[in-house]
Amino acid sequence: MAYFNELYSGTKSLFIGMGITIKEFFKPVVTLQYPHESLTMTARFRGHIELVRDLESGGNKCIVCGMCQKACPSGCITGNGEKREGVKGKVLTEYTLDFTKCSLCGMCVESCKPAAIQFSKDYNLAGPSREAYIYDLLKRLEEQK
Amino acid sequence: MSADVIDKSLETFVLNLGPQHPATHGVLRVKLTMDGEYIVHAEPVLGYIHRMHEKMGENRTWAQFMPNTGRLDYLAALSYNHGYAMAAERAEGIEVPERAEYIRCITVELNRIASHLLWFGAFVLDLGGFTPLLYAFDDREQILDLLESVTGARLTFCYFRFGGVYNDIDDNFITGTREFIKRLRSRMPMYHDLVTNNIILIKRLKGIGPISQEMCRRYGATGPVLRGSGVNFDVRKHEPYSVYPEFDFDIPVYTDCDSMARYMVRMDEMEQSMRIIEQGLDKLPEGPVMAAKAPKILKPAKGDYYCAVEAARGSFGIRLVSDGTNTPYRLKLRSPTFSNLSLFAEACQGMLLPDALALMGTLDLVIPEIDR
Repeated sequence: MAYFNELYSGTKSLFIGMGITIKEFFKPVVTLQYPHESLTMTARFRGHIELVRDLESGGNKCIVCGMCQKACPSGCITGNGEKREGVKGKVLTEYTLDFTKCSLCGMCVESCKPAAIQFSKDYNLAGPSREAYIYDLLKRLEEQK
Repeated sequence: MSADVIDKSLETFVLNLGPQHPATHGVLRVKLTMDGEYIVHAEPVLGYIHRMHEKMGENRTWAQFMPNTGRLDYLAALSYNHGYAMAAERAEGIEVPERAEYIRCITVELNRIASHLLWFGAFVLDLGGFTPLLYAFDDREQILDLLESVTGARLTFCYFRFGGVYNDIDDNFITGTREFIKRLRSRMPMYHDLVTNNIILIKRLKGIGPISQEMCRRYGATGPVLRGSGVNFDVRKHEPYSVYPEFDFDIPVYTDCDSMARYMVRMDEMEQSMRIIEQGLDKLPEGPVMAAKAPKILKPAKGDYYCAVEAARGSFGIRLVSDGTNTPYRLKLRSPTFSNLSLFAEACQGMLLPDALALMGTLDLVIPEIDR
């Protein structure tokens, strides 16, 4: 008797499961058809970093203090600056990000006093070589003009 | 004519389960000595994804280790963020604002649900059912979207800071979380109808893979594995931390000691986590999310500090030894799945191979956390 009870309840459980699957089959699709559609990233999305444009001068806001370099756990940021005549403080001459080492923790953005760096919203990154991920952020800023 | 067996021990053969095997969910290798379909002896081989996290910790400043904690157990990264942040705060003596503690609890519990949902899907996939995985991922995506809007990341979070959290939560997150809880509540009965009450699952799990209380104690198993063996132990209740004492929630305990018990513990835990999140959102106080006096560069006083949290897989402990400088002298991570895996060798002896895989599934292994 117990055997038949189990047979009955077992078969019933399978049909209930099937019913759920069939119901789900007619529901709208929840996935995004990626290459044809893509998402806009949220305001706080952490992509790789980029330099912020200074709206007054059109250049960057960096004061070459080196705090981001110190804060980075993986040492992916290289920045250099020089003194120029007639300009107060240092001028940024090089800002390179080695994205192959970056873990997107955001320590650099937090440590930046003048808020000269921010997260970009790029997420679909692909490249043919390792060198493709060594970003010259100064060049990138100029190209964005 | 059949071949004569000269020596009984020669009848066995060695089977390598992994390092690339879909059921081990990562690069875990188990050397199985098999007698036909039965396991005679099992030996887990670890270290394929060893990344020296502990040694890395000794070579960077206290704050710089934070991203590493998100990469131990990548499915419940926030619990590990929480453990490390709390241990360092204890060492330095930083008071965390109440709002930050609430945000921590809410996000950690959301992450716990996400982790259990993924386990649920992957576990049923191991047993041969494909569709539940897709349903579970549908719900999990909603959590990841919510967490992404606050933390900026979807998986390897680095959200907590010494003295609070990185960003405050906004109204969108609060309403989104409430909606999600409503949605998941309505979907839980569906999961039970589809999977829990399914006769195939019951036959595969009920009475299979017994892990006794005594064995759990010997190996130091924690989390759902321990609670599935009838031991009521949860760090959130028994060594309260953060604002967990403020919440009213139960610890699901099952005494059957079998795979089904461990399955049920996790399913019930999701419901309890939803209760915690709801209460957290109701009680959420106003105020700052970062301690005003949190130092930028940590230099804890000389000493030995320990802190444990209840991660999705069990008790995660972190021991910090400070020599008064800006880098840790020693950083020891006690990961729950390492202990949970160690009992597998003893528990699976004499079991059929497919049953042993079901047992391994209920241990909820995350290999990067075992190897560290």
